[in-house]
Amino acid sequence: MRKLIASAIGLALLLAWPFIAEKMGAPALISLFTRMMILGLAASALNIALGFGGLVSLGHAAFYGIGAYAIGISTTHAISGLPFLGLLPGSDQLLVNVLVAMLVSGCAAAIIGALALRTSGIQFIMITLAFAQMIFFLFLALKAYGGDDGLTMRRRNGLFDLNMRDDATFFYVTLGFLLVWLAICARVLHSRFGLLLGGIRQNERRMQAVGVNTFRVKWIAFIISGMGAGLAGALMANLGRFVSLDLMHWTTSGELLIMCVLGGSGTIVGPVLGAFALMGLEATLNTWTEHWQAILGPLLVLMVLAFKGGLARIGGRKS
Amino acid sequence: MTLILEQLLNGLQLGVMLFLLAAGLTLVFGIMGVINLAHGSLYMVGAYAAAFAAKLTGSFLLAIPAGLAAAALTGMAVEYLVIRHLYARDHLDQVLATFGLILFFNQTIILLFGRQPLFVQIPPALSGAVDLGLFPYPAYRLCIIAAGLLSAGALFLLIQRTRLGMLVRAGATHREMVQALGVDIRLLSTIVFGLGALLAGFAGLMAGPLLSVQVGMGEQILILTFVVVVIGGLGSVAGAFWSALLVGLVDTSLRAFLPQILRGMMAGSEADALASGISAMGVYLLMALVLLIKPKGLFPGHA
Repeated sequence: MRKLIASAIGLALLLAWPFIAEKMGAPALISLFTRMMILGLAASALNIALGFGGLVSLGHAAFYGIGAYAIGISTTHAISGLPFLGLLPGSDQLLVNVLVAMLVSGCAAAIIGALALRTSGIQFIMITLAFAQMIFFLFLALKAYGGDDGLTMRRRNGLFDLNMRDDATFFYVTLGFLLVWLAICARVLHSRFGLLLGGIRQNERRMQAVGVNTFRVKWIAFIISGMGAGLAGALMANLGRFVSLDLMHWTTSGELLIMCVLGGSGTIVGPVLGAFALMGLEATLNTWTEHWQAILGPLLVLMVLAFKGGLARIGGRKS
Repeated sequence: MTLILEQLLNGLQLGVMLFLLAAGLTLVFGIMGVINLAHGSLYMVGAYAAAFAAKLTGSFLLAIPAGLAAAALTGMAVEYLVIRHLYARDHLDQVLATFGLILFFNQTIILLFGRQPLFVQIPPALSGAVDLGLFPYPAYRLCIIAAGLLSAGALFLLIQRTRLGMLVRAGATHREMVQALGVDIRLLSTIVFGLGALLAGFAGLMAGPLLSVQVGMGEQILILTFVVVVIGGLGSVAGAFWSALLVGLVDTSLRAFLPQILRGMMAGSEADALASGISAMGVYLLMALVLLIKPKGLFPGHA
């Protein structure tokens, strides 16, 4: 009950946010919150693998970046009119492009997952990181799509007849995607599949003994997780009308992990809270000093050493 | 032919550098079960301390102990303050805490030295080339290869022939049993961590004159080191040695030879772009291949 009330208050606050920011005379805060929601979406996608599947992936920046590049490349081809590889026409419609981005990042997750899931523990962490780095270098070498400079999109993708150039409109579109994504997460994780995944996290050998193909369950979870990250990347590309190679940098993977743990991995809204907390903290520290990372780093260490469970479990019982 | 031999030597040089880093990483994992993302930061600390000492004193000989001491002391302090509390935690906590350490180290270095890279002169005695009969080769790189191989040999002797090495090997397989027999395993952990940091700092100070000393140099090589450790098998020092050489050779020869090979098949600019892409991805593809055949790496350790 308390959770329900907290969620309702949070949602109401988000719905009213563009008006509040406008009244405060700081419209830049609208885009900041859009960013937070997008990273929250990415973190909650990672959390399917991390919190529910127990798969510590340090390579989700790759799927996030692939989603962004997919949408950037598709939009570029739509505007220039030349088909991609001489075959596929581009599109500048958001719904089409989001599906493309999720499909492409899902395929990447399927390939990387099939290889990486042959290992576990520390090796899994290192291998997901290494694959993400490989994809980073691939896009660095793709001079046709900007390479080092990133890829600029001339305009945001269209959605029905909405004026997507308006930041408040884009805020609500992002909020809509976030809510749909969270609803899908909740549906998936409360299904039979979600129970299997939780069982594997707690005791993989036992699940194998009762006849579950644990590799397949983990693999599917990893793919769903990658698709969610791709969706977030697609939205991020649209927000700034720019695909930066930085999206794929391995520190992005690290930040997504922090968001999950800070907010509470293993809960559905936790990672979104974590994204808001971390980015709020970064923005605040940034107003004090440009060397805010020198403060954030030790804070992070203290957080890990001092407490476990995350923001979403505050006031709730421990599970 | 001489070009190939020269590139092989370059690969060997990268390989021994990678081994110096991988040895520390794999030892720390073997004994303490900790994944340490901040290992690259110790490499950076070694490089910066040496570059700073070289600038102050003008002597590369004095820079060597400065770099080694800075890296080893930083490593032991990090172990004492942070890593020690992470032994019993899961890998996720270890990743997060050491990620925090990276942010701290990178930003502190920026505060102290600024964002501009530092450049270190090759010591004058080693700045020339040595005639190897077929071709001349830079003396400094040759010196790195020799120093790296000597360190590898010393490390093997230390681990296989001394009492400390015996405790390290025993601690890696039966941590509780060693503790029950009255060995101070916490002190042992600090020493091993310091040793790993020392080797990383050694790699860092030797890399100084070849690369520019800058923030972020640690992470670049750290990820390559991860590839080495995974290919070699976690926890195995011998595996780290052979796979470091393999990765060094593969990386260097792809970068050296692929552009020419591709240029024979397509237009120059396209060939260069494709070659740089493939050669940057090469070692990761190698890792994927090894994992397909042997998921535990080439020389699986006990873990």
